[in-house]
Amino acid sequence: MSSTPHEWPLWEVFVRSKQGLEHRHCGSLHASDAKHAMQMARDVYTRRQEGVSLWVVASANIHASEPHDKAALFDPAGDKIYRHPSFYVIPDEVGHM
Amino acid sequence: MDSPQLPLLLHLADNCLVLGQRNAEWCGHAPVLEEDIALANHSLDLIGQSRLLYQYAAELIGKSETEDSLAYFRDAPAFRNFTLLELPHHGPLAPSGSSSRDFATTLVRNFLYSAWALGTWTRLAKCGDAQLAAIAAKAVKETLYHWQYAQDWVLRMGDGTTESQLRAQTALEHLMPFTQEFWMPLAHAEAAQSVGVMLSHADAQAEWNVLIDEGLLQACLKRPTQGGFVPSGNHGIHSEHLTYLLSEMQSLARAHPRAVW
Repeated sequence: MSSTPHEWPLWEVFVRSKQGLEHRHCGSLHASDAKHAMQMARDVYTRRQEGVSLWVVASANIHASEPHDKAALFDPAGDKIYRHPSFYVIPDEVGHM
Repeated sequence: MDSPQLPLLLHLADNCLVLGQRNAEWCGHAPVLEEDIALANHSLDLIGQSRLLYQYAAELIGKSETEDSLAYFRDAPAFRNFTLLELPHHGPLAPSGSSSRDFATTLVRNFLYSAWALGTWTRLAKCGDAQLAAIAAKAVKETLYHWQYAQDWVLRMGDGTTESQLRAQTALEHLMPFTQEFWMPLAHAEAAQSVGVMLSHADAQAEWNVLIDEGLLQACLKRPTQGGFVPSGNHGIHSEHLTYLLSEMQSLARAHPRAVW
């Protein structure tokens, strides 16, 4: 299981745990193509009844933010607490939001 | 105690247990991590199927018979699995049972067997024995996945590189004669009739041929001409490989016969 120059490409796996919930990223795997990746995802990530639906996405198709942009992208939100909806009084009748 | 379906239950259970044990030999040794887990999943499906069948068989036999006594305390001549399923994961000319495993042999065997199993479970899901029908209905779902998985790999290997095609074709030449046993008069023919199912029927064979021929055509593999040695594992006459497989599988239970785990 060592890595070789001919290793299969990497795929990201998303699992929907039940109807109505969103697909969530749960990990990645190596597979030769999309169909193969789907089979592998089924075998590797849904063995314990984790899901009712699967997505696989070639990792190469995911465009990620750069770690060195972290401060510029995310720090400015740090002091804008008024963006959190925590200044409203929620009537009891509404219940859990 | 005389349960006419018993020989059929043992045949089906032995098929599942022996192939499950064989394929489990890949655990920790498969070419890649993902396939390792996939093959272990297959084995767990197969062993799960065999457990349900042994439990039912033990219930019918009564006395002190259990699923464990059927799996671990019968010797090779009592096993009724098809010979195909006990063969090691390599071609006929390998020097010993511990020779390195060939992934193509594993997948071609699963391809040939799961097509048979799919037809068999589908028929049995509608049989006259309610408990066996329920076991079959569960097994159909698992087997459909095994079939798709094996078919997909046979396609990838057959229509892959020169090396992978050679390996797949070689495995096919080696294993295909063993499938003749699927369509020979079965030792448990009367048992199958007792639940109202014709398992080695010409229709079943025709359906199997369609699945196999389509799979091989897509995979650019040549179906070997029929003929050669016709095995009879189903009648209890096995290859030498079964005894090695069983001794490994049964040694723990036999060394500690009252152990609980």
